Amino acid sequence: MEAGRREVSVALAGLAARLPRIDPRLYQIAFQATLLCIGVVARDFTLRWEQMALAFAAGLATQILWTRLLGLPRVGVLSAVITCFGLSLLLRADSLWVHPLAACLALSAKFVVRINGKHLFNPANLGVIIGIGLLPGAWVSPGQWGNDLAYAVWFVALGAIVTQRARRWDISWTFLACWLGLVALRVAWLGQSWNIWLHQLGSGALLLFAFFMISDPMTIPNRSTGRAIYALVVAMIAFFWQFVLFKPNALMWALFVATPLVPLLDRWLPASRFVWRAPASSPAPDKRLHAPTLG
Amino acid sequence: MFATLRAAAVVTAASATLLASPAAHAFCGFYVGRADASLFNEASQVIVVRDATHTVISMQNDFKGDAREFALVVPVPQVLQRGQINVGERKLFEHIDAYSGPRLVEYFDPDPCARAERDRMFKSQVAAAPAAKPAAPMQDKALGVTVEAQYTVGEYDIVILSAKESDGLETWLTQNGYRIPRGASKALAPYIRQNMKFFVAKVNLVERAKTGLTWLRPLQFAFDSEKFMLPIRLGMINAQGPQDLVIYLLTKNGRVETTNYRTVKLPANMDVPVYLKNEFPAFYKSLFDAQAKRENLRAVFTEYVWDMNWCDPCAADPLSADELRQAGVFWLDGPAAAPGSPPIAPPPAGVMPRRMPMPGGAHQVMLTRLHVRYAPDTFPEDLMFQETKDRENFQARYVLRHPWKGDPNACPEARGYLDAVAQRQEKEAQTLASLTNWRIEDIRARMSLKPPAPRNWWEGLWKQGGAK
Repeated sequence: MEAGRREVSVALAGLAARLPRIDPRLYQIAFQATLLCIGVVARDFTLRWEQMALAFAAGLATQILWTRLLGLPRVGVLSAVITCFGLSLLLRADSLWVHPLAACLALSAKFVVRINGKHLFNPANLGVIIGIGLLPGAWVSPGQWGNDLAYAVWFVALGAIVTQRARRWDISWTFLACWLGLVALRVAWLGQSWNIWLHQLGSGALLLFAFFMISDPMTIPNRSTGRAIYALVVAMIAFFWQFVLFKPNALMWALFVATPLVPLLDRWLPASRFVWRAPASSPAPDKRLHAPTLG
Repeated sequence: MFATLRAAAVVTAASATLLASPAAHAFCGFYVGRADASLFNEASQVIVVRDATHTVISMQNDFKGDAREFALVVPVPQVLQRGQINVGERKLFEHIDAYSGPRLVEYFDPDPCARAERDRMFKSQVAAAPAAKPAAPMQDKALGVTVEAQYTVGEYDIVILSAKESDGLETWLTQNGYRIPRGASKALAPYIRQNMKFFVAKVNLVERAKTGLTWLRPLQFAFDSEKFMLPIRLGMINAQGPQDLVIYLLTKNGRVETTNYRTVKLPANMDVPVYLKNEFPAFYKSLFDAQAKRENLRAVFTEYVWDMNWCDPCAADPLSADELRQAGVFWLDGPAAAPGSPPIAPPPAGVMPRRMPMPGGAHQVMLTRLHVRYAPDTFPEDLMFQETKDRENFQARYVLRHPWKGDPNACPEARGYLDAVAQRQEKEAQTLASLTNWRIEDIRARMSLKPPAPRNWWEGLWKQGGAK
């Protein structure tokens, strides 16, 4: 079975390599949709379809309205779709208004909170933080994926492809290495069983975060050194949050808290900004996307 | 949660509801029976009360052996004062178990001819029982172990220990007659590293004789901790096979779930065959076994989530303000429990064991009942919890629908009704088989059902009626 999965992921990767012109965000959307289906069918996500529909309606409307209002070139709604999928995967609520409101605020922040032409917050992360930090009746269930290794393998296989297509895959691996390294140190120091480390390694929430959230190329440092530093800082904050303060949702809060570092790292370690739909082989990005990039 | 996008369970529930719609608008009834508390062997029960960092834990033991053998070792974050420790009443556990247990409700189909209704329903529930650790007398402090405090509370002798290293602690416990299993030091070490203390209790035989009780009462302790967790790993050292733990979490705002394991709601609110009326405990036990196995003993199951002010249907009355305080709910002394405000609405007249919510809520208490079956390899970490902002009610409720029994020729509607009943009963048999992994043939035999006749795919395609 494992071998079969490996073959599938290799086949997918091969397919991906042969289709270099497809926007990597489409892959990400396909994988997020797959994960959501797995969650709803095989994992009892307490997500109502109305919440999802409202999140998408509000998210897409927000994206379109802001684009028109600011007279920006038509950048499409792919990124908004990714954000709405992210919120559907992560945020849980006992009412119908939390998801659309979080989607609306998260996507609005993308147009309003910008530094040097780059939006500051990871929209899905911001949406989740708004939900759990400010809105009543909203929560995140970090345990919802369970720790089945099969799922973990799927996450890794799918996530790796997505992030490779997006060319900023390094941050996922750096983050995982830092986080799992810190957890390993703790296990060793406490004299705990290494099964605890394996348990952490197989956490669906961790892999989802590493491959589908922190990897968003628009909200991380441009230079690879900067990304490595950023990944380390996020891992350290998350570790502190979870194992010193003993608060839940450490990964989400850590990414949010570390966000202001991105413009600082970009200033210190300048590099060219990421552009969606620019294949690695072609240095000239699509002209339509030359203006403010809103990925 | 019934409108959510939930797994296959909902598919079954939805189809069952479709077939059983006649009496669904009325929700009333009364008790049938109740399941025995010893249903789950090797089970422990714990009440955890938590708000901010304030935590009160009560542990109920079902220790049946020689009282001299009994010992309990619980890691606690600080040295507990005498006032932080209490011996509670077993009744409290019985009540909270009865209130929150899985339940069976019962409806009677109306006469399809007369439309006369007799709606009724039933229920009962299930409980659990605890485990303990062996022990004996103590002697000395050495080996880096410090006796930080020592109390006799009720029938228990309690010491609070701190230790520098786990081997020393294991030796100390052994030397002092606590029969702890081999390998304990390995499990104790992580707690020592985190600078935790150990709450160690054994039975004081003299004091126990004074109580005149044949059982051990629950131990309770109150402390402050940043960690919202329950140490389950220590209990696994000498575990022989999987263990059951029922956790009642009392919080102010919402449902509690585990953050490092999946928390799954049990499949519930389904129609099951009426013959289960007298076999509910066996049914529920099989259901839980099957579900736990299905999740490979890797999930924590939610059995009940409800605002403590009411219930519908009520397997037992909600806990009174006094009982809640006994359980450790420390925030009731505020305005919410002001004298004169009756804590609970009086039960409505008639046969309806339900209590409606008080406007504004008399107590601000949510109860989450979690049931976990764990094994050392499937639960490598202690349980970590979070209180969510979810206030949606949930109960493990199973429905019996008694068909109307009458002459099929009594009226034109009767035959159609009886056909629908036959289909519904077949569905109930399938639901039961899927929930419990019981053999469908056995279930059909119990229900006196014939296996559904194989049907050609084209039958009924053109509704040919009587034309030959």
